Amino acid sequence: MALNQFCLVCGGTGCESRHSDAVYKNLKSAAEELGVGNQVQVVKTGCFGFCEKGPIVKILPDESFYVGVKPEDAHQIMAEHLVKGLPVEHLLHKTHGHHSGWGEYASQLYQKQVRIVLRNCGIIDPEDVQEYISRDGYAGLEKALFEMSPTEVIAEVKASGLRGRGGAGFPTGLKWENTRKTVSDQRYVICNADEGDPGAYMDRSTLEGDPHSVLEAMTIAGYAMGASQGFIYIRAEYPLAIHRLEVAMQQSREMGLLGKDILGSGFDFAIEIRLGAGAFVCGEETALMQSIEGNRGMPQPKPPYPSESGLWGKPTAINNVETLANIPVILLKGSAWFASIGTPTSKGTKVFALTGKINNSGLVEVPMGTTLREIVYDIGGGIRGGKAFKAVQSGGPSGGVLPAQFLDTPIDYESLTKVGSMMGSGGLIVLDEDDCIVDVVKFYLDFSVEESCGKCAPCRIGGRKLLNLLTKITKGKGTRADIETMRQIGFAMQRASLCMLGGTTPNPILSTLKYFENEYLEHIDHQHCPAGKCKDLITYSVLASKCIGCTVCARKCPVNCISGERKSAHFIDPAKCIKCGACYEACKFEAILVS
Amino acid sequence: MSASVLDKVAEPEFSPHLTQFIKDWKDKPGSLIMILHQLQQQFGYLPRAAILKLSREINLPLAKIYGVVTFYHYFKLTKPGRNNIQVCMGTACYLKGGEDLLQELENMLGIGVNQVTEDGEFSIESVRCVGCCGLAPVAVCGTVFGKLVPEKLPEILGKLKAGGEQP
Ligand SMILES: Cc1cc2nc3c(=O)[nH]c(=O)nc-3n(C[C@H](O)[C@H](O)[C@H](O)COP(=O)(O)O)c2cc1C
Ligand code: SF4
Ligand code: SF4
Ligand code: FES
Repeated sequence: MALNQFCLVCGGTGCESRHSDAVYKNLKSAAEELGVGNQVQVVKTGCFGFCEKGPIVKILPDESFYVGVKPEDAHQIMAEHLVKGLPVEHLLHKTHGHHSGWGEYASQLYQKQVRIVLRNCGIIDPEDVQEYISRDGYAGLEKALFEMSPTEVIAEVKASGLRGRGGAGFPTGLKWENTRKTVSDQRYVICNADEGDPGAYMDRSTLEGDPHSVLEAMTIAGYAMGASQGFIYIRAEYPLAIHRLEVAMQQSREMGLLGKDILGSGFDFAIEIRLGAGAFVCGEETALMQSIEGNRGMPQPKPPYPSESGLWGKPTAINNVETLANIPVILLKGSAWFASIGTPTSKGTKVFALTGKINNSGLVEVPMGTTLREIVYDIGGGIRGGKAFKAVQSGGPSGGVLPAQFLDTPIDYESLTKVGSMMGSGGLIVLDEDDCIVDVVKFYLDFSVEESCGKCAPCRIGGRKLLNLLTKITKGKGTRADIETMRQIGFAMQRASLCMLGGTTPNPILSTLKYFENEYLEHIDHQHCPAGKCKDLITYSVLASKCIGCTVCARKCPVNCISGERKSAHFIDPAKCIKCGACYEACKFEAILVS
Repeated sequence: MSASVLDKVAEPEFSPHLTQFIKDWKDKPGSLIMILHQLQQQFGYLPRAAILKLSREINLPLAKIYGVVTFYHYFKLTKPGRNNIQVCMGTACYLKGGEDLLQELENMLGIGVNQVTEDGEFSIESVRCVGCCGLAPVAVCGTVFGKLVPEKLPEILGKLKAGGEQP
């Protein structure tokens, strides 16, 4: 009997950490044991983008979606669903407490999504080049090598309107053209897989789920620009992605898709992996090249731009992972097709890592021009636990925070910048009423200050100053004058910093001063944190009128500062309380007062 | 530093894999960081004596190597605990209580970030986004512990100490 059913098991980092590998193995052995090994193919794929509910198993062709599958569930799924055709109800994905049933899951979460970058993630086995090829993999490269001249490839990428997904949004075709134009005996292609934005993992999932798409794109880029050497600069913190890349490179070399005389075309292209070592600033292109050269990763003044003088002084094109993953499809389907998706200035799709206080956190890929509301409510399923939406943060430590009034902003480079945030690399973090804006901004500042390389004074000193002022405010010791000082320092840093790390460090402050100044003023004028997050500004106490003396809080308190007899009102010793909030969580009678 | 001082440090043994790696890479431009990764992999950190030996083998000044090592967070100059617990302090994890986890862990082990318990069993590290934000808050120690709550920590520490793989 031929294969007629497929069982896709997610092998992304999120699911692997919850033993999806054991689920995979158990499904395979169950298929053998039940004698359906030749009808059901069990495949380990890349990320489905729904990490939170993992491990995930998807059945084709009926599109059933199992979530939270444990290794011991594997046998039941195989025996009931794949052999008898009866779904295992209790493991099926449910939305809002209802079964979303057959395939409905997909329509709910994927309805507004268009998958170009993530086209193969969760569908193919990333460690098998044949599966990539069976989905038109390397057809774009073949077309480029045999049907197009290098300048035609560049023209096609230019015409597609593709812009860099690493943050700055520079037109990719133009970057390639500039690199090609610089006269040199050697040029380099670099894939930026440093993904430093804390809270974003699009690039990781793309590399884990579809490594060949990036290899193919780099080879096309090399052909277009006349480069024979590529480097992938990837975070050492991404071991699975590194492994998948190594496997993919080995396979494509064996098949003549990488290395000398690719597909008999006479074109040579080699790729080498270089590991980062945990420095956020190395995501910045000039710092990244310093790091590849084996130096401290300090940014360099621009110009000269990398396209003129980059790695080892040679013209170099640096592209982000997601930017590159678009390339093979653009070549295959044509620039007109790509340019038909999106808005006038921003073409194609963008992948976002949707996290924070949202019901469906995960990876989503939407056409440019989709509104924040559609992402947060239609795809993300709204705010977790019925809380109120407060804001959405985009662009990571370089970005801004947008309140509800901007939920209908269509996402593209220009409109996000206009309202004071930025596209950034794709982190989208949803905040609810329990999050304190000042506290969140302080978190970002803390990050940027720690990651500043210290080379230039505006960033090194200005960042530290800003952080000190914010800390003062969260302790209730700030003054209104501090706000003005922060604005001034911020403007100075934007103008005078050497690289965009320093240039964007003040962004979270400046954007929130625009939309959430009241919240700063609450901290300053009334020493009050409206969200109850800033620990120096809150106290926990027991409301004697509501306390029934159940003793639960006293047992939960990690520092034993709650006293009281059973069945009589309890008391929290404010001097010993560490404000961990454990009592608040524990009390079922709303007797703990946060003020 | 005079040569005689250097000579007093016992020379550490490099594994055959590491030796081969250094041989393959040392003449490639910009290979220092790749070699340091391998060195750290063998020793779990970058012992001073190993850096001294490397400096001689690849013919790079110590100052250059230390300059690079101290720039990057990933490289460690002190020995971590047998179980180095990395608590994620990326945005998603921070918002979902990463800080509480870190504090609880510090309380339980009686050490701060980047410190090692007296018995050498545990150390704590605070890291930025490990790319599992969907599972926030997250800690990593050999395996990824997702959706972690402080109440689960005693069990995890117990299993790690027992040497068992994962709960
Ligand atoms: C502080 C800083 C960090 C950056 N981090 C990244 C990163 O992690 N990944 C990335 O692709 N680009 C990052 N960039 C942007 C790169 O400098 C560069 O613009 C990008 O890799 C170009 O590729 P693209 O045109 O395909 O976007 C960063 C920039 C700055 C200033
Ligand atoms: S702006 Fe900050 S990170 Fe960039 S070069 Fe200056 S000090 Fe370094
Ligand atoms: S948990 Fe609530 S009701 Fe019980 S003793 Fe504490 S404050 Fe009183
Ligand atoms: S923020 Fe913790 S894994 Fe991304």
